Amino acid sequence: MSENGTRQVMDWQAIQRALVRIAHEIVERGHGTANLALVGIRSRGVHIAQRLRRILHEIEGGDAVPFGVVDITLYRDDLDRRMQNPVVQGTDIHFDVDGRRILLVDDVLFTGRTIRAAMDAIIDFGRPQAIQLAVLVDRGHRELPIRADYVGKNIPTARQEDVAVRLAEADGVDEVVVTAA
Amino acid sequence: MAFAQRHLLGLEGMPGEGIVALLDSAASFKEISERDIKKVPTLRGKTVINLFYESSTRTRTSFEIAAKRLSADTVNITSSSASTTKGETLVDTARNLEAMRPDAIVLRHPMSGAPQLLARHVTCPIINAGDGCHEHPTQALLDLLTIRERRGQIAGLTVAIVGDLLHSRVGRSNLHALRALGATVRLVGPPTLVPREFRALGAEIHTRLADGVRDADVIMMLRIQRERMGANYFPSLDEYSHYYCLTEEVVRLAKPQVIILHPGPMNRGLEISSAVADGPYSVIMNQVTNGVAVRMALLYLLVARNKAEQADSEAGGDVAVAASGKGARA
Repeated sequence: MSENGTRQVMDWQAIQRALVRIAHEIVERGHGTANLALVGIRSRGVHIAQRLRRILHEIEGGDAVPFGVVDITLYRDDLDRRMQNPVVQGTDIHFDVDGRRILLVDDVLFTGRTIRAAMDAIIDFGRPQAIQLAVLVDRGHRELPIRADYVGKNIPTARQEDVAVRLAEADGVDEVVVTAA
Repeated sequence: MAFAQRHLLGLEGMPGEGIVALLDSAASFKEISERDIKKVPTLRGKTVINLFYESSTRTRTSFEIAAKRLSADTVNITSSSASTTKGETLVDTARNLEAMRPDAIVLRHPMSGAPQLLARHVTCPIINAGDGCHEHPTQALLDLLTIRERRGQIAGLTVAIVGDLLHSRVGRSNLHALRALGATVRLVGPPTLVPREFRALGAEIHTRLADGVRDADVIMMLRIQRERMGANYFPSLDEYSHYYCLTEEVVRLAKPQVIILHPGPMNRGLEISSAVADGPYSVIMNQVTNGVAVRMALLYLLVARNKAEQADSEAGGDVAVAASGKGARA
């Protein structure tokens, strides 16, 4: 615990190891990567999905797994509660969703509301065979009946604490830190 | 997020960054119209009233489609069905409509300033869909989005706006916005339709079409609005067409990669030749497609913001829950 109440809970090695393990679990449970597609949730989830995709390719070879991006801004359930208008960055899914195994990827699983919104967004594009969820961090405090299929690390937190996943692609450093409120 | 207005009444005085924020949002809404299921649940349970006191095909349909693709409910009121025919004033009509709790009113009116008047008397967001000879902000925004898509950016471009500037709300909104974004604007037309006073707004004035169009990056044609012309602004339509009709010959004076816009409805053969309107430089249909995206972005920004303000005032001004970061999102 540092002076300003921030503690690091994962460093770059821990993040890398967690993603490699998740990738192996995905391959094992899915008997390979056939029919699989990754969808990252903006913004940190996109970077994590891209890393997973790279690791999956190293493990399994063959064609890279189809990849998409979902922006859940338009599917939120708290439009009325947000002070600022979040910038809509757009959804980008260029493969056929019908019949695919979709692996949804995000950085932190918290209330589950983002995941609910992302599932609604994906289903607007078609009828996937299944949707699974991979997250780097599960911090608890679910408000919906949602659980992750693949978890990098379970981190017990207080509700008012803030969990920040920092990734080299966006923040110049790989780490997960928890800040006390 | 630089867009922080309650209404959209006009583009005059709107800072460039606010316009860019709107265009950025609009660009991301285009994808929704290309899906099989062209609908997102964002404005579910919201009501948008289209109050149109002038005839309109494009703008009204565009607003209605935009609202519906965001899952809002829409109600259309046109002048022939409005109670104005029974003598009700605009403000009384609006107050009655507001009593039915709409989440936005889209107004088109033949009198300049009508949206400003309405905004003073009702609390829900007002969107100006064209008021008299004053402004037509959503048209200018969709024009800017179209130009930006084709040319990358607005700053540094030379844009010739040709025709009846005197009566054109499209021309005025575009002039304000293009200047705010750093474009050079030339206004082209006969002196009766392009008053010298426009210079004070930062525009160049040209009376010869060839001079105005030479080396332009963008040519924006305006419709000759015969319905607004109470006096004779030019001797005859034939003479106007002879001097100001955009033909292929004239287009060749502009830059080779010039794009040509027209807000519609077109008077083919009067201000624009069919060969140009349907030719390779024309982006007129792109404008119409972009119109839906611009109006979706605007409805989203205005209605969502209005709801957030209401929720905030109910919560006693406590905005801590909206703090940035994963703690608030997830």
